[in-house]
Amino acid sequence: MGSISLIVLVLAAVAFSAGGILVAKIFVKGTKNPQKGQAYECGIKTEGTTWNQFNVGYYLFALIFLIFDVELIFIYPWAVVVKKVGMMALFEILVFIFILFMGFLYAHKKGALKWM
Amino acid sequence: MLSFHSITDSIDSWLNHTFSPTVALLLECTIVAIAAIALFATLGLVLVLMERKVAAFMQIRMGPNRVGPKGMFQSLADTIKLVMKEGLTPDGADKFLFNLAPFIVMIVAMLLLAPIGFASGFQIWDINIGVLYISAISSISVIGILMAGWASNNKYSLLGAMRSGAQIVSYELSAGLSILSIVVLSGSLQLSDIVGAQSNGWWIFKGHIPVIISFVIFIIAVTAETNRAPFDLAEAESELTAGFHTEYSGMKFALIFLAEYINIFIVCAIGATLFFGGWMPLHIGNWQSFNHIMDYIPSSLWFFGKTFFLIFVIMWFRWTFPRLRIDQLLQLEWKYLLPISMVNLLLVTVMAIMGWYF
Repeated sequence: MGSISLIVLVLAAVAFSAGGILVAKIFVKGTKNPQKGQAYECGIKTEGTTWNQFNVGYYLFALIFLIFDVELIFIYPWAVVVKKVGMMALFEILVFIFILFMGFLYAHKKGALKWM
Repeated sequence: MLSFHSITDSIDSWLNHTFSPTVALLLECTIVAIAAIALFATLGLVLVLMERKVAAFMQIRMGPNRVGPKGMFQSLADTIKLVMKEGLTPDGADKFLFNLAPFIVMIVAMLLLAPIGFASGFQIWDINIGVLYISAISSISVIGILMAGWASNNKYSLLGAMRSGAQIVSYELSAGLSILSIVVLSGSLQLSDIVGAQSNGWWIFKGHIPVIISFVIFIIAVTAETNRAPFDLAEAESELTAGFHTEYSGMKFALIFLAEYINIFIVCAIGATLFFGGWMPLHIGNWQSFNHIMDYIPSSLWFFGKTFFLIFVIMWFRWTFPRLRIDQLLQLEWKYLLPISMVNLLLVTVMAIMGWYF
């Protein structure tokens, strides 16, 4: 099958999930209770709001990830043809990875990979 | 010999003869959808039981043994229980995103099935950029997890989702680099081509030490990507109750749970396809009679055997290694696995260009 299979699979997943949830809805007769809707916190009342700012200790990781992920996308087409192109391709990727590695070392030196 | 290819071809020609092309296409779509759903349901039941049985085996106890012979129907009973449970939505939650998250997680798991070759000539879509497709689609799953964690309006969920995001995003790099080493050797992104390149031996045997290194990196990275122990910080029970799905209950919880197990199956299937030759039988050099016997085992059995072996290895990890701390986890990836896998990719490239493999 061609690309139509993706639509089929998405529809199958939606049908499966929605079907499951609907079947469960038929069987369940839930009771109303004000305690039920509270956030689970091991029996203690929740203090303050959840959706506030807090220190995400790894946003720098996310930034470095972005650089490396783009690099991975560049390596994909290279990886397919490297056996045909031969030694020249190896030399070129060496330059590419060398520059990238320098950036990685810089980030490491700056302490971006340290847990904060 | 009867193969899946002839079966699918005969069904296709029969449908096209009997009905008009549009109806035939619709019927084929329905068959594929039903097959995918059936595979999902069976895999869920089998893997949950397998997880508990392997855990029991590792700890020298019986495991589930009450429902059915040897506890075979335990997960079926669990499913019925989950259907009977009320699906709660917390009052403070973002209701739309909270209900959307299980769907996204399921859709991603289902889409990943498309390029996997279950047997020779038995693939839903033999896409020519299979490996790229898999790494692209699998990174969407993190959105579902972040959505579930954020929308629950629960601190445990939020922390679990954030951890999971950092973890999946980081380990994607070394998983991608180790997959690329196989792409370099095979010279194709198409999964059927990669399997075809292993007809005279699996890459893990043909590729010497560099491929073994990339296989080890791959299995570590996918263990982390599927949030399995020892990298299960996203749902570390002792710290975060259940992580990003703390607030989920009933069928919505079951869907997230099912998608997790399906993801384990999919990454193991990809590992089996790339490193262990997919549905290719085991051949040893010039042992003609041995090779002939191996050829008689159906290709689907080979595929599922290898996949379940890898799943067993990943379940084995859970009972062997203690859980890491989040900073240790990120350190392992960024300071060790990523540089190693980059150097390893260069090694594999040199090997591929010089032809230093069988």
